[in-house]
Amino acid sequence: MTETTIRTAASNRALLSRLRAWYNADTSNPVKRVQFDRPLTPWVFLLPQLAVIVIFFYWPSVQAVTSSFYIEDPFGFGSTFVGTENYTDAVTSSQYASTAVFTVFFCAMVTALSLGIGLLLAVKADKVIRGASSYKTVLISVYAIAPPVAGLVGMMLFDMHIGPLTDLAAFFGHDLRVGIDYGDTAFALVVISVWKQIPYNFIFFLSGLQSVPTSVREAALIDAQSGLRRFWDVTLPLLAPTAFFLLVINITYAMFDTFPIIDVVVKDKPANNPITLVYKVYLDGFKGNDIGGSSAQSVILMVAVAALTVMQFRFLERRVHYG
Amino acid sequence: MAHLSLRNVGKTYAGGTQAAVSGIDIEIADGEFIVLVGPSGCGKSTLLRMVAGLETTTEGEIHIGERLVNKLDPAERDIAMVFQNYALYPHMTVRDNMAYGLKNRGESKTTIAERVAEASRMLELGPYLDRKPRALSGGQRQRVAMGRAIVRQPAAFLFDEPLSNLDAKLRVSMRMEIRKLQKRLGTTSLYVTHDQLEAMTLADRLVVLNEGRVEQIGAPLEIYRKPASTFVASFIGAPAMSLLDARISDGAISLEGHALARVGNASGPVTLGLRAEDLRIAPQGIPLAVEHVEELGAQRIVHGTIGAQNIAVIEVGEAAIQDNVHVAVDPDKLHLFDTSTGRRLEVQSQPHQEMAL
Repeated sequence: MTETTIRTAASNRALLSRLRAWYNADTSNPVKRVQFDRPLTPWVFLLPQLAVIVIFFYWPSVQAVTSSFYIEDPFGFGSTFVGTENYTDAVTSSQYASTAVFTVFFCAMVTALSLGIGLLLAVKADKVIRGASSYKTVLISVYAIAPPVAGLVGMMLFDMHIGPLTDLAAFFGHDLRVGIDYGDTAFALVVISVWKQIPYNFIFFLSGLQSVPTSVREAALIDAQSGLRRFWDVTLPLLAPTAFFLLVINITYAMFDTFPIIDVVVKDKPANNPITLVYKVYLDGFKGNDIGGSSAQSVILMVAVAALTVMQFRFLERRVHYG
Repeated sequence: MAHLSLRNVGKTYAGGTQAAVSGIDIEIADGEFIVLVGPSGCGKSTLLRMVAGLETTTEGEIHIGERLVNKLDPAERDIAMVFQNYALYPHMTVRDNMAYGLKNRGESKTTIAERVAEASRMLELGPYLDRKPRALSGGQRQRVAMGRAIVRQPAAFLFDEPLSNLDAKLRVSMRMEIRKLQKRLGTTSLYVTHDQLEAMTLADRLVVLNEGRVEQIGAPLEIYRKPASTFVASFIGAPAMSLLDARISDGAISLEGHALARVGNASGPVTLGLRAEDLRIAPQGIPLAVEHVEELGAQRIVHGTIGAQNIAVIEVGEAAIQDNVHVAVDPDKLHLFDTSTGRRLEVQSQPHQEMAL
């Protein structure tokens, strides 16, 4: 009895001292040694971030991939392995195809409009000298509005009974029926999403514009008389890194972060309203209780986004000049 | 190529109470190299930028050639500017940087190619034509900026402290190159600097500015020899001219009680200016308490005090300098300034009664 206790204690002590030796050991790389005196230290610093990524990204991703190969009982009593059936079901369904088409259209519209209008406002605000900060504050303040609130505000503006925008459309002879008419709902979704995203683009474009050196602008002023020429030849290329970053961010926004807006606008409305793929994942998974199908859709989405990002970096970034 | 004239030019910034620049009258002949020099904040850059059209002119008229340019855009003024930090387009190659201004003026491709080739030969930029500015050294960037100005063949070159970002050695060689190039091209040039040495070596004529006004216009040597005011006297020349409180009484200048020279000027207090090289250490003369000596190799500058007033003397000998020495001055080399206004007073000499020092 005593003997074993001693032996355990001894082995514990040996293990401890080995751990301590490992913890205290100098790293062989002298460059790293300058920054971290022990090999464990960097990992301690990395741990919180790694934990967040693993718990909130890798683990759910693995879950999604796994469950995409199963059909799950709606009440969670069991699941059956079905191979790629969920995928073929999703891809071949006509509803999925029309949602995908709308998603592409929606992304393109929201990205192009919010980047374009953001840039236009930034260029104009950059030229304002008197009262510049109040202009900027007014333009930026929309960014503080949460997406669901933006959706609500938008819904009120587009409301069929009290919405001023509906009245405005009526004035031009159009019967705007958001939530009922497919096209009108799509229009409202784009408008609200663009409105919400403009301030974000505006902030980045404005700071990008302000980082173009004054003397370079002045040199251009001497070299080219047309303001549009100068903007096109000098300012815009120098804004390219900002624009590229914003392009990636905006596509991501249009695909994923517009979820609350879509939810507010189309929830509890009669069917056949336009939705994006992300919203369809939610609908099928949580409303339709088709966990397997919705997982398959989210995996497809994940692959598509990864491919898109790689493409952007490979083809677009080459043309971008980093000062 | 053209002459340039500034007539009573002035600028007051919106909301400002005091004019940043005022009453500038300069006539610049075709092909002349004019240097605007002055301490920081004297308005020299503002004036240059007004000529370029980058700042509005609130008063007076600026003519380039026969044209009144006050209301014209910078691109219409037929000028080219070289900036302090080069202001090259970072996303364009050296070739495109030089060609951009020409392209926008609708020059043909062959003309552009010819001019760029010529400028790059002149500035030895040939090997770098396809590089971006970030792959060039400071000196090379400066050359590209010069090239961008040259290819345009403008009526006037405007230089805004183009050498201040270069190291001392490169600055000296670029200074000579700019001068040679300007002589060869014969283009009217306006050059801004705060460095009096650069100003002296480059200029056909110097314009010394102080607080937005012209203090003196003249050839470098003329300004050096006959500074119009105590400001010019202390700004042009290194070491700076020593300015001392002196008195004229009974037809002689006396400094701290020591008679210096006989002059015919009116009696009263006067500011006496003495250049360091016009003074010499002599067995007799005014006693000088030496404070420290700067060894420059070819010469040394002795700093000391006469009474309580600071003075610098250039000494070429190699002998050890005592703590107390005597300095002598050539009576022809005195500068007199009005104590209250600081303006130059011509020395009324009395040659028949020179005093031995």
